[in-house]
Amino acid sequence: MDKSVKARFLVILGVILVCVLGLTWGSGFTAFPHNIHEVRENLRNRIRLGLDLRGGTHMILQVHVEDAVNITTDVTVERVTSQLKLKNIPYGDIQKVDSTHILIKGIPAEKSVDIQDLATAQFSDWDLARVPGDPLARSLAMKVSTADLIRNQAVEQAKETITNRIDQLGVVEPEIADYGQGDYELVVQLPGVDDPTRVKDIIQSTALLELKLVQGGPYPSREAGLGEHGGILPPDSELLPGPAGAEGTPTWYLLNRVAAVTGRDLTGAQPGLDEEGKPAIHFNLNRDGAARFGQITGANIGKNLAIVLDHRVVDSPAVIQGRITDSGEIKGQFTPQKTADIALLLRSGALPASITPLQEEVVGPSLGADSIRHGVIAAIVGLIAIMGFMLVYYKESGINADVALILNLLILIAALAYFDAVLTLPGIAGVILTVGMGVDSNVLIFERIREELRSGKAVGNAVAGGFTHAFKTIIDTHVTTVVSAAILFTFGTGPIRGFAVTLTIGLLANLFTSVWVSRVIFDWVLTRRTKGEALSI
Amino acid sequence: MEFFREPKIDWMGKKWYFIGLSIPLLVAGLISIAVHRGLVYGIDFRGGTLVTVKFARDPNLDEIRNQLDKQGLRGATLQRIGAASEHQVIVGLDLKTTTSSEALDAGKRAIVDALGGLYGSGPAGKTEFNNSSPQSLAEKFITADPLQLAFKGSEAADKGYHDLADALISFKNNPPQSGLIADFQQLRAVPGVTLSVINFLNNNFYLSSYAVRNTQIVGPKVGGDLRRQALYVTLAGLGAMLVYIWFRFELIYGIAAVIATFHDVLITLGIFSLLNAVGYPGTEITLTVIAALLTLVGYSMNDTIVVFDRIRENVRLSKREDLYTLVNRSINQTLSRTILTSGLTFMAVLSLFLFGGEVIHGFALVLVVGVIIGTYSSIAIASPVLVFWRQRGGRISTTVKSKPYEREPVGARR
Repeated sequence: MDKSVKARFLVILGVILVCVLGLTWGSGFTAFPHNIHEVRENLRNRIRLGLDLRGGTHMILQVHVEDAVNITTDVTVERVTSQLKLKNIPYGDIQKVDSTHILIKGIPAEKSVDIQDLATAQFSDWDLARVPGDPLARSLAMKVSTADLIRNQAVEQAKETITNRIDQLGVVEPEIADYGQGDYELVVQLPGVDDPTRVKDIIQSTALLELKLVQGGPYPSREAGLGEHGGILPPDSELLPGPAGAEGTPTWYLLNRVAAVTGRDLTGAQPGLDEEGKPAIHFNLNRDGAARFGQITGANIGKNLAIVLDHRVVDSPAVIQGRITDSGEIKGQFTPQKTADIALLLRSGALPASITPLQEEVVGPSLGADSIRHGVIAAIVGLIAIMGFMLVYYKESGINADVALILNLLILIAALAYFDAVLTLPGIAGVILTVGMGVDSNVLIFERIREELRSGKAVGNAVAGGFTHAFKTIIDTHVTTVVSAAILFTFGTGPIRGFAVTLTIGLLANLFTSVWVSRVIFDWVLTRRTKGEALSI
Repeated sequence: MEFFREPKIDWMGKKWYFIGLSIPLLVAGLISIAVHRGLVYGIDFRGGTLVTVKFARDPNLDEIRNQLDKQGLRGATLQRIGAASEHQVIVGLDLKTTTSSEALDAGKRAIVDALGGLYGSGPAGKTEFNNSSPQSLAEKFITADPLQLAFKGSEAADKGYHDLADALISFKNNPPQSGLIADFQQLRAVPGVTLSVINFLNNNFYLSSYAVRNTQIVGPKVGGDLRRQALYVTLAGLGAMLVYIWFRFELIYGIAAVIATFHDVLITLGIFSLLNAVGYPGTEITLTVIAALLTLVGYSMNDTIVVFDRIRENVRLSKREDLYTLVNRSINQTLSRTILTSGLTFMAVLSLFLFGGEVIHGFALVLVVGVIIGTYSSIAIASPVLVFWRQRGGRISTTVKSKPYEREPVGARR
């Protein structure tokens, strides 16, 4: 055998070995398979299946980032109030105008400098400006960069919190990522979850826990509560709904707006039983929270304390009987499952912004199995038809093309395993298309070789000429298809990306197999042929 | 074996036949699109709810529709898919019905309720088997211990029952059961299943006569945005091709290729609209279909390039030859290649179309139509555009390009 042919053959063998190993080895050096079952097992594990083949839930969620901005503004209003008092700057009224603007009225002229200094020192994320038409008023506007930062952080934190919650539910290989072009959306993929109801509830629950002092109630309706106070709520208070009363009638409570303790002060939460043996949630506070809680409960003995979860009062508020410091209990009409879920939510932290689902797709595992079967059958039928045709039409050179095709597929599938790429149903279509388009490269070369032979060239020159001339056409056709695939990858979602990936890798591998490997096989055939013998093509 | 040995067909002379074929196809398609007030979009673009259900026995669609009406879900669409023996139906609700309540999955839950109402929810005390997960099944096994594995130790029993539950559910999900078994006796085929297991299942589980295989819900925030994006992406694809061919050949070649590809996309969309009108499944425009169209754009360029390559080569070699005859000759020289490569790709996508299943059907249809039309347009549209341009006095370069892999080797064939 010619030396260069031998060397090139070894390269091909090396490539085959790398591919086969990549598919059958399994993770870690000790996992070398010992029998055919382990080979199949490793194969199944090495190729990551997309949701449309495995079955599972795919959701697109909208993070309402304005919630987070609003919360920051609310907190700032409180801080402005206390700072103005601290610095002895009299004021008439402080109001939140919208999510990024605060209006301060009634600042006397002689305090202009003081309030400016205060703004620069304590509220550097905000811009203080005068209000046209009212010399005693000032507007405080959140800086655009700050607002954007809050919005992006809200998405990041939401991602983390959701990941936390899903982890605790034990979903295998979930995926939570940013989605779309900058509209604060998240995509969540949960393989194997075919009833997402409980997961959705857990993901979407804001889980904001607040302990607030009760000012009045229970009232049978919101209007009754307002009515008790002359139609206007007292400052710093709010009306929130509570649990249903004896006959299912609603109850409303008047509570302090600012919470004594919030979920951020928790160190832990566990489901358990209360003193009557009913399901309840035990929680523990950190040092700061415990100190604050102790102070507020100590100062308000005899008053009622309400536990508020996601802006609903959870159970009839209990009377504060003494200083409570570091732990507490949430009681209500809970099932054991519900206490476990709420404890999970409290442990994972509150969502910084509310979340609503935009899209949801649940692929049952039976459909996934069907899709795999259909895809594989279509691929095998197409492959056999094409390989058969090449044999008939190009005789022995057809074997050359078929070998190149099989190697092409092997490299493609091994590449998917090595890159940890996800195989989807469109991805299988991409494999089939690779077979159809990949074999075209061989056709271009062979047809050119036939032309060269017809024009009287010697076999060796004809083969060389065929490869040289066809090469630029092959490059052109592959580039146009890969460019299409690149566009699809950029703008596509999961399954379509799978298609773009398999098609691109397949065509790139095809450049290697149809040009280099085919050439090696031809060269080997040429070295074995006797002088004057025709080339079987 | 060789098909087209030295054909000598006058392609450019047949241009009126080509126009006579393309124009009616285009017009028919465009009329269909106009009549239906635009393209029929799938759920990706329109929003709504789609639930795929498999039934044990052939379902009565009217009954289902009545039940849905009773629940206030008017205007539900019901479409059979797949082979008749599979008894599969897709139930669809449009966006208005779905989002009349607050939750995104209100429509889905309503459909499931309707099915439960029609087909009953089984005897009390028994759990439904077809919609169970391996976990819940394993837990029930562990509690009841029908195989008496407990004496082997709780860990062994746990694993044993989990494996058994996984095997049973896998068997149920795999074809041909495909998510629905009609009788527990079918489970005898699973290794490790004894009579006591079957009895246990019979006593504690029931089999519903339907199984939900897939649900898809798209909420209102979908967008006109998405539609516009899809359009831009397709135009971007065409633009990228134009630039590439301009770079590799000349502007006029690029324009001719883009016109041909545009023709292909329009005809494919027209065919989709026509097929949709007669109720052929899978012909809504979904994101997958758009992806197939983009692939088609890439593919259509391919054999246009093969022909243009030869035209350019010949133009360089016989600078004075009349373009009409030259293009004919070029097409004849490359006919073998063109038909073969398209034929082989067609074989591949035809296999996908026939055997690939319903989910990928629309995608495959675009490619099947596209491969045929793409080949046709390289000969019938792109090449005549070049000739037309020349006849109107346009210039086509006859000089040699200097890129190394474009230089003809010494003694190149004419």
